[in-house]
Amino acid sequence: MMTSITKRLLVSFVTIFLALSITFFLTRKMPGDIFYTMALDKMRTEGIPFDVAYERVMAIYGMASGEPLYKQYFAYLGNTIRGRLGTSIYYHISVNKIIAKAIPWTVFVCSISIFLGFIIGSALGTVIAWKRKTILDPLASAYASITDATPSYIIATILLVIFAVNLKWFPIKGAYSVDVTPGFNLPFIWNALYHATLPILAYTIPGIGGWILTMKASAISVLGEDYVSAAKARGLKERRIAISYVGRNAILAPFTSLAIVFGSMLGGATLIESVFAYPGMGFFFGKAIGLRDYPLMQGLFLLTIGGVILATLLADFLYAAIDPRVRKGG
Amino acid sequence: MKLIFGETSNKLGKAYKDIIGFLRFFRGNKRALFGLFLTLLFILMAVIGPYVVHLDLTTRYSERFQPPSIKHILGTDFVGRDIFAQIVHGARDVIAVAFLAALFAVAIGVVMGGFAGFVSGWVDMVLTRIIDVLLVIPSFPIMMVFAASFRVRDPISISFILAIWMWAGLARAIRAQILSLKEREFIEAAQLLGLGSRHIVLKELIPNLMSYIIVNFVRTARGALTASVGLMFLGIIPYSPTNWGVMMNLALFQTGSIYVPRGLFYTLSPMLCIILFQYGLLCVASALEEVFNPRLRAYE
Repeated sequence: MMTSITKRLLVSFVTIFLALSITFFLTRKMPGDIFYTMALDKMRTEGIPFDVAYERVMAIYGMASGEPLYKQYFAYLGNTIRGRLGTSIYYHISVNKIIAKAIPWTVFVCSISIFLGFIIGSALGTVIAWKRKTILDPLASAYASITDATPSYIIATILLVIFAVNLKWFPIKGAYSVDVTPGFNLPFIWNALYHATLPILAYTIPGIGGWILTMKASAISVLGEDYVSAAKARGLKERRIAISYVGRNAILAPFTSLAIVFGSMLGGATLIESVFAYPGMGFFFGKAIGLRDYPLMQGLFLLTIGGVILATLLADFLYAAIDPRVRKGG
Repeated sequence: MKLIFGETSNKLGKAYKDIIGFLRFFRGNKRALFGLFLTLLFILMAVIGPYVVHLDLTTRYSERFQPPSIKHILGTDFVGRDIFAQIVHGARDVIAVAFLAALFAVAIGVVMGGFAGFVSGWVDMVLTRIIDVLLVIPSFPIMMVFAASFRVRDPISISFILAIWMWAGLARAIRAQILSLKEREFIEAAQLLGLGSRHIVLKELIPNLMSYIIVNFVRTARGALTASVGLMFLGIIPYSPTNWGVMMNLALFQTGSIYVPRGLFYTLSPMLCIILFQYGLLCVASALEEVFNPRLRAYE
């Protein structure tokens, strides 16, 4: 167990380091066209020669051009370790501030979606495994394969077109209306939930199908266990066997993959948040890439990778904590 | 001569039997047949379509957002261009990227995984570490960063950028399978017989992994399709105006076609095509899995 944890941590650390390095050199390799236009801007507004303006612009974004690349690289790594992610080129505020504002929205939507999808999916999965040969089984299979075939951003777009544009039941974009004050008050929470409904559905609709299949498979394997037959032989009520014996044991395996699903949600958040212009991390990520806003892009990339890695680690720990066989085996 | 001839005809006979078994399975399985039909339909559309359907990208504002008619099967878009022609011409691009990316990813995955599993030692250790790291990096964000940084313009480079981040899972599985195959008697026998590594890899290992590789090819193609259209949809690599993802991007983010009730055909056509093609590939993939792995069938 100990060695496997150290190994995982080491791999995670190397991954983050590599990802940082890759994005650093990728962005440095590029023609600095955005800095060029900014320098022109600065030259005009401040009445200084272009060379000076260019140097200043580069200095603001920590890209002092005179220094050799390796020095810039170490300066960048040092800043990142100290938690300084630089200044956004487009928004003119620090990347830390943008990310701090964006994270809660992404976590809000993703955690509610996971919770909903998991509860509904595993309940349906257990019922289907328990009562085979009902109409529910083929229906659920069809649902799972159709939602699996549809990329999540298409589900999001269809939801947007139907419920926001045509039926006007939900807002088209944003996380809350201007007429509510952000904070811990009921109108704001209600308004935020109202705005988050379609994004949550866009995650939950495909999520349910996956959970049904995992839970069904897990429950079927539990149904073959001796303790279930023993419970039946003891004449316990069906409902009690289904919930306490089958459900509780079958849910362990899907439960451990919750964290992984959360990680993959973070990775794919850009598409769904962009469709709903929902101001989470993914939305700003898409914006940063479209605008070639490198500091913001690097900051968000680091956070996304960090989140996914943390989720994977968490999944491993959960799995080890729940399944004693993994704990012993190492 | 006779011996060689006999061997070939034997092989042909085996291939013939395989194909017949395949077709029989697909005939008995309605879902698999439907999937195969959809997949072939779209491939046909991509290969032959552009020669049959003429693409005219001149703008005619007076004809914008026309409903479907005989002249325009799917109606017209926001500047009066035929939607069906765009879908047909876009299919080539979308499907080419999906299949090329899958081809690259599977090739890299098989070579890397095979190398790691067969050679072992420090080569295996290094490759396994690389695979571990690649598996942890979330693929879509890094594909976005790469696509934005390299300003790709052609199907081959975009396929390559997708493939770099898609081979690791397959490589790990191939490595594991080769490690387990190496313990089996027939490989040991081949080694004892002094047959070279080349023979063992090409004639003994690869054929045993072929079914697995084929299924993974279809799966990777699905992933590449979703990812490439997603990148186009976000407007990161808008290199072809008729690509389905670019059409979606134009409908949703650029032209506001989704807010026009008559623009519904423009918004929905590319999305429906993606869903249908994806569904076709999904059915084919699970059918192939059932053909190669009869245990799955017995369970149902």
